[in-house]
Amino acid sequence: MSASGGWLGSGSRRGALGHALSVIAALALLGFLLLPIVALVVTTGIADLVAGLRHPLVLPALRLSLLTTSVSLVLVVLPGTALAWLLVRREGTVSQWIETAVQLPVVIPPAVGGLALLLAFGRKGLLGASLARFGIAVPFTTIAVVLAEVFVSAPFFVLAATAAFRRLDPNLWIVARSLGASPLRAFIRVALPVAAPSLISGAAMSWARSLGEFGATLMFAGNLTGRTQTLPLAVYTALESDLRAAQAISIVLVVIAFGLLLVLRRGAAASAGAAFGFRSLASSRMEDRRR
Amino acid sequence: MKGWVAVVAALLASVVHAGAAEASERAMVVFGAASLREPFGTIAERFETRHPGVHVVVNLAGSQELAAQILNGAAADVFASADPANMAKLVKLGLVERPRLFARNAPVLVVTPDSPTPIRSLEDLPRAARIVLGGPEVPIGRYTREILERASERYGRDFRKRVEERVVSNELNVRQVLAKVRLGEADAGIVYRTDVTSVGGDVVVVEIPPGVNVIAEYSIAVLKAAPDRTLADAWVEAVSGPEGQAALAAAGFLAGGESVSRGDSR
Repeated sequence: MSASGGWLGSGSRRGALGHALSVIAALALLGFLLLPIVALVVTTGIADLVAGLRHPLVLPALRLSLLTTSVSLVLVVLPGTALAWLLVRREGTVSQWIETAVQLPVVIPPAVGGLALLLAFGRKGLLGASLARFGIAVPFTTIAVVLAEVFVSAPFFVLAATAAFRRLDPNLWIVARSLGASPLRAFIRVALPVAAPSLISGAAMSWARSLGEFGATLMFAGNLTGRTQTLPLAVYTALESDLRAAQAISIVLVVIAFGLLLVLRRGAAASAGAAFGFRSLASSRMEDRRR
Repeated sequence: MKGWVAVVAALLASVVHAGAAEASERAMVVFGAASLREPFGTIAERFETRHPGVHVVVNLAGSQELAAQILNGAAADVFASADPANMAKLVKLGLVERPRLFARNAPVLVVTPDSPTPIRSLEDLPRAARIVLGGPEVPIGRYTREILERASERYGRDFRKRVEERVVSNELNVRQVLAKVRLGEADAGIVYRTDVTSVGGDVVVVEIPPGVNVIAEYSIAVLKAAPDRTLADAWVEAVSGPEGQAALAAAGFLAGGESVSRGDSR
């Protein structure tokens, strides 16, 4: 690239202007995203926060949110990885359709998602009617909370996982298989470690979406303290009577999400380092094979 | 390209024109509880024909939300509240004066027609497998709990407890209570009579005995900050007058007139 061609380079005056503009744009977005959260925190006094945390809704909601999001994370990540792998390995019209269909829950407004879940698993639902005959009732239970979370959050993970698997260097796969690894072993020892950073950040996004899930839960699982009232529902409930408590619970939600996302991000970064070493090892083997 | 310019110009012109037309009209802003949608719409139409040049803007939301908006400086001329508490809040702060009772709304029991156990009266309510109620944070939920309290005096001390054991959700919006019963996911719930005037055969409406029921009282008042108090007073008159009361009755409201206030009737 020549001196004038570096489009973000700081060598030319145009480059400097571009750099300044991009910094301004970045700061504007950052400020816009963070200001409401800062406002939420600074307008809540310490006394409000303490009183809010002692609100009777908080503890059961916190416990329920941690439990249900953990379960739904497992239910998303394990089958989600399998689904993403299959979609990438068998590219074609059908898998394109499936891949698009999997994204639909992101677009559907959550309350409509909740209604759809009721129409599927409710008493008169497509599947629910048969389940009811065996005495199984899903709506208004903790299981319904988990299902709502899986429904809205799985697309985020599947999207990240398919993108990660698609970026895999096919040579890695060929080398592993040619060295005698079974497909399963090659997947576990090669594909998974290399894709791990993206899988972890996809899982983090998906988990965060579960934690914040509100509309589908309210419709499908209802709002009952200790059974179906997760943190977002507790915030909404408190909003009706006690704004301070609502703010305090929101802060709890924000702090937990921030802490866990940070940990996951570090995990992703660490495994990215590991995978990089692995990748260079594998490609050097590939070089050997070519010689 | 030229065609597009013409279309955009025409659109802009119509927007500007509409703005100008609105400016020449006087707007009167009525803040009303969400359940008043239909009757206030009817009353507004008649009001506009009687008062040429006046455009009535009806802003509907939960009474709590409306009161909060007025507290924060929303420009309203009239406030119609679905519960006395939110009106009292504004009276206390000197934002409105002399609220007038103009309608009442009776809670009713709604039951899904396919309920496995028949529920023909409030007394049968604990037999429902799944009950959905308004949460204690919202007016319908407060009325419901008061009703259950009174019913316990009549049907046995543990009546409220037996009902609460079957509650699967405390909704924050009376429409959500109705939706869940209409879908057949809940067997029974308690909503306002006005919520079920337009519902077909999806739900069965069961009356709550008068001695047990707690009637919601709707009051209306002119804001002290209203720019045209006479016009705002005319709206209050229109709502309280025979035509307004007929519109309210058509939507399922009871007359406001002589009422037993909630505190006295206990």
